[in-house]
Amino acid sequence: MTVATLPLSARSANVRRRKLKNRIMTGAFVVCLLAALAPLAMIIGVVIQKGAPSFTLSFLTTTSISLADKAGGWLHGLFGSLYMLAVASLVALPLGIAAALYLVEYRTERLTGPIRFFTDVMTGVPSIFVGLFIYATLVGALGFGTFVGALSLALLMLPIVVRSAEEILRLVPDDLRRGAYALGARRWQTAMKVVLPAAGPGIITGSMLAIARALGETAPLILTAFGALQIVTHFQGQPQAALTLLIFTGARSPFEAAKAKAWAGALELMLLVLIITVIARFVARRGTRNSR
Amino acid sequence: MSVMQTERIDPTTADEPVFDLTDVTVRYGERPAIAEITLEIARQQITAIIGPSGCGKSTLLRCLNRMNDLVPGASVSGKLLYNGQDIYADDVDPTEVRRRIGMVFQRPNPFPKSVFDNVAFGPRLNGVRSGLEPIVEEALRRSALWDEVKDKLKESAYALSGGQQQRLCIARAIAVSPDVILMDEPCSALDPIATTRIEDLMGELKQHYSIVIVTHNMQQAARVADKTAFLTVELGDGGQRTGRLVEYAETSAIFTTPKDKRTEDYVTGRVG
Repeated sequence: MTVATLPLSARSANVRRRKLKNRIMTGAFVVCLLAALAPLAMIIGVVIQKGAPSFTLSFLTTTSISLADKAGGWLHGLFGSLYMLAVASLVALPLGIAAALYLVEYRTERLTGPIRFFTDVMTGVPSIFVGLFIYATLVGALGFGTFVGALSLALLMLPIVVRSAEEILRLVPDDLRRGAYALGARRWQTAMKVVLPAAGPGIITGSMLAIARALGETAPLILTAFGALQIVTHFQGQPQAALTLLIFTGARSPFEAAKAKAWAGALELMLLVLIITVIARFVARRGTRNSR
Repeated sequence: MSVMQTERIDPTTADEPVFDLTDVTVRYGERPAIAEITLEIARQQITAIIGPSGCGKSTLLRCLNRMNDLVPGASVSGKLLYNGQDIYADDVDPTEVRRRIGMVFQRPNPFPKSVFDNVAFGPRLNGVRSGLEPIVEEALRRSALWDEVKDKLKESAYALSGGQQQRLCIARAIAVSPDVILMDEPCSALDPIATTRIEDLMGELKQHYSIVIVTHNMQQAARVADKTAFLTVELGDGGQRTGRLVEYAETSAIFTTPKDKRTEDYVTGRVG
């Protein structure tokens, strides 16, 4: 039988069986996809549904000393979260980007392996360990506060920043480096003036994702920032508030008002992460448009 | 104009070669990529290096400004004098060498910056902070690009066409007032019209600079070069390919009356 005489009719048993199999497999994939997306959609739905009633202007802009208090908001949590995040970013971003530049631009192959392994392990370390580590080493001497809280967040951000920046820097074409070297640029000049600007948008995107991750951390802050019920401007020595810590205590408290605020806090956090992600996307897209 | 006027050519040395190579061998690891190259490169002339793929043309070019230093495992032996100075001497700073001996690459590689910042990059490296405008303008004029880009100096260099980008790279190299410009197949990524413009430009540039060009294109060498070096590949015992200089003469001699059979076969298109 030659190829041309094979039955093409869809009614042949073989073809029907294969079509059925295809349909079953397609169906299975769709079910799996829905199963994976459903919890995500439900989380977002529930947070919006339960958080929206208490998510008022006064929730965003005022503070309240008492958890049981229906009035007043969690401005102190927002303030503490952003304060610690800013300090953590000031520590983790320059350090992480500099480390990645060193790894990629100085071609230190002997160091790359161990540092990669180390950052991979660091990314996998449960965040409570990081909190415990800061607690054991610094909180005894310095007390609770903004700085030690920020430091624990910075430790969690660092491996993400290093790895994402490293990957982006490796994508910068060698043509550009050669161009700079051929003009008599030194290694650091090539790294700072050509490679870093070329990788800028990608590095910013990676950094934003690290920031979003740190914003949602709770465990390390329990042992370092400790939590507070008013705005704390002290850099160190006074327990600091954070949205995540307030959600944790609010949700566990017996007061209905506190529980409602915990939902509103969750919504606030979700929106913050959304804003950061959108900014990251925006920067990445603008960057790719400007270069190439 | 002031910076561009710094022609480093001293009238008394104008007849002396800009490069004087004696038994230059470049190894990648143990393997010699080019061996025992001896030649002199004349000042303010265009010298072409031609030869089949893998003969080490680019390797030879890259060792003239120590770009081979960036290749792991590369080592250079023999004597390579630039204006009488051994550029592989222990006390020579390779970045200083590269500031005198500019380079243009196969594919245009402008930086992801504005046209102006691309040209100003080299002068800024040298600490020039003010008076950049005339330097940039002069470099762009010399690379025959000024009229096309004078209204878009602030725009990204990536907005330019491939041929314009390559002339921008030439302008970028010129802006540091080099003595020599090395060109590694500068037209291989360009269309014929852009290629013609670059070739015309080279003829103008040789009034100010010594140019060494590596090219795949024999007609290009015949059109632009004053002297031509022909390299070929020799297979060693272990099957390794080593580039050797076969013949080096006036371009017209290489193409019309080659002395070596291998040169003749190559330029007449019988091999390679």
